[in-house]
Amino acid sequence: MTAIAELDHVTKRYGAIEAVRDVSLKLEAGETVALVGHNGAGKTTLFKLMVGLSRPTSGSIRVLGDDPAAGEFAARKRLGYLPESVSFNGALTGREVLSFYVRLKDVPMAKIDELLARVGLTAASNRPIRTYSKGMRQRLGLIQALFGDPLLLLLDEPTTGLDPALRQEFYEIVQELQQAGATIVLSSHALTELEERARRVIIMNRGVVVANGSIEQLHRIAGLPVRIRVTVASGQAQGLAALVGPVPNWREINGHLVEFDAAPGAKIALIRRATDKGGPAEDVTIIQPTLDDLYAHFLRTHGEAL
Amino acid sequence: MKNVLLIAGKEIQECLRNRWVIAMTLLLAALALSLAFLGSAPTGNVGTAALDVVIVSLSSLTIFVVPLVALLISHDAIVGEMERGTMLLLLSYPVSRLQVLLGKFLGHLAVLSFATILGYGAAAFALAVSGAAITASSWVAFTSMILTSILLGAVFIALGYLISALVRERATAAGVAIGIWLLLVVLFDMALLGALVVDQGKTISSAVLSALLLFNPTDIYRLFNLAGAENISVLSNMSGIAESGRLSPLVLLMTLVAWVIVPLALAGLAFSRREL
Repeated sequence: MTAIAELDHVTKRYGAIEAVRDVSLKLEAGETVALVGHNGAGKTTLFKLMVGLSRPTSGSIRVLGDDPAAGEFAARKRLGYLPESVSFNGALTGREVLSFYVRLKDVPMAKIDELLARVGLTAASNRPIRTYSKGMRQRLGLIQALFGDPLLLLLDEPTTGLDPALRQEFYEIVQELQQAGATIVLSSHALTELEERARRVIIMNRGVVVANGSIEQLHRIAGLPVRIRVTVASGQAQGLAALVGPVPNWREINGHLVEFDAAPGAKIALIRRATDKGGPAEDVTIIQPTLDDLYAHFLRTHGEAL
Repeated sequence: MKNVLLIAGKEIQECLRNRWVIAMTLLLAALALSLAFLGSAPTGNVGTAALDVVIVSLSSLTIFVVPLVALLISHDAIVGEMERGTMLLLLSYPVSRLQVLLGKFLGHLAVLSFATILGYGAAAFALAVSGAAITASSWVAFTSMILTSILLGAVFIALGYLISALVRERATAAGVAIGIWLLLVVLFDMALLGALVVDQGKTISSAVLSALLLFNPTDIYRLFNLAGAENISVLSNMSGIAESGRLSPLVLLMTLVAWVIVPLALAGLAFSRREL
């Protein structure tokens, strides 16, 4: 696999503030990466560095073969970027703005109508943008990011302001691009939303990458326990306790429901014991730690693990 | 080049949309027409061609109005788009910052040229229609006044960009722009005049004076238009400076062009170093 973009020990300082500190990462062709972190964790700065809107204080960046810090821009033809809060000249209509950007990227005009229809903006396309809602502006921003069949798509908080139906539509578009082989970087606060979309997760905290790997890898590294919830016949909770033995975070929710933690290694053995023949168990649910849990874990252990 | 033209086109489109073009054209036409008819009435019987009178009064007015208008449209060009956030998207496209700057410059210059040619041309047209006798040399002088007015506008557009590329906030850009306007249009000449009076011709020779005048684009414009053609220099009481000045029209023109190129190049440099 070839690297679409590569950051090598990149640091960006704004005065005394280190927005990004010693970040090294590689984006391979065709992968979808979730960039996760608090506000001010350095996600937007990372995007800006990759697009060439700002220059790194130290370290080097290559994006689609260009060095954006040196002002090289040929490869931006195949780069789609949706800024965090995208804005347009409100006096122009959606169509006017799009036809300007479409020509800057040398893309046929027909693409505009196709994408307008796709995100449901055709009817509003001849109205001035100042009359648009936040969601409509966001959709307009998304359209322009899709011009030119991007090889690399940088989407900074792309789903803010979109209603659930549009969110769905948005992820369908992302999936299509994914299948066409585009490399996609998504940043978001809505972690659970990204869970099924991204093959890889990069967690940032205060400018530093604190975790970087596939969701399975991160689960393994974090070693977070799964939560096992057992439904038992009325009054049989104690019977279950005897069967399972001492487990962390044992909790009886009511007479029927019991929950406890199981470390990744002990999971299977515990479930076997809990559901033993003749035991009180009627049903078992396994609750995997979510991306939110993982995220919280890596933020907590930051500094110890890495 | 294609990118430059695309950006210029968008700039023109935006100026049309926010009524800049129409407002500017109407302003210049109104000033030119009122000067053409009010200004020529008292001098009509002296025997000077009416158009020459218009050139004198109109170019004096141009020195005040055109720089102001040019700074108004240009001071906001970079810092304004950064503040509104539209620059972020534009610069993520396959364009260089120099292309963005040149595109904006071409667009703004086109808008200003359109307004000047139409506005001032209306005055000349009205004079011609009203039956005033206009000689060929008057036409030449009038045309060169329109062209240098556009050039003067270009100087202040470039200065506006330089301000816009350097400051952090739009309000600062507006303040600095007004300061520059005051300095070059009003204060510079007053200071020069004061120095001449105090000096009584002891150290400031005419050669030094000519050189000093080149430091102010509005003075170059004044020299070129008011002292250039013979009829007009008599009319405008500028013949003294013109004779002692030894500055050929070509030198004046080249200096004015340099006044466009240098600030524009500096603006390009500052803009390319800006971070968003």
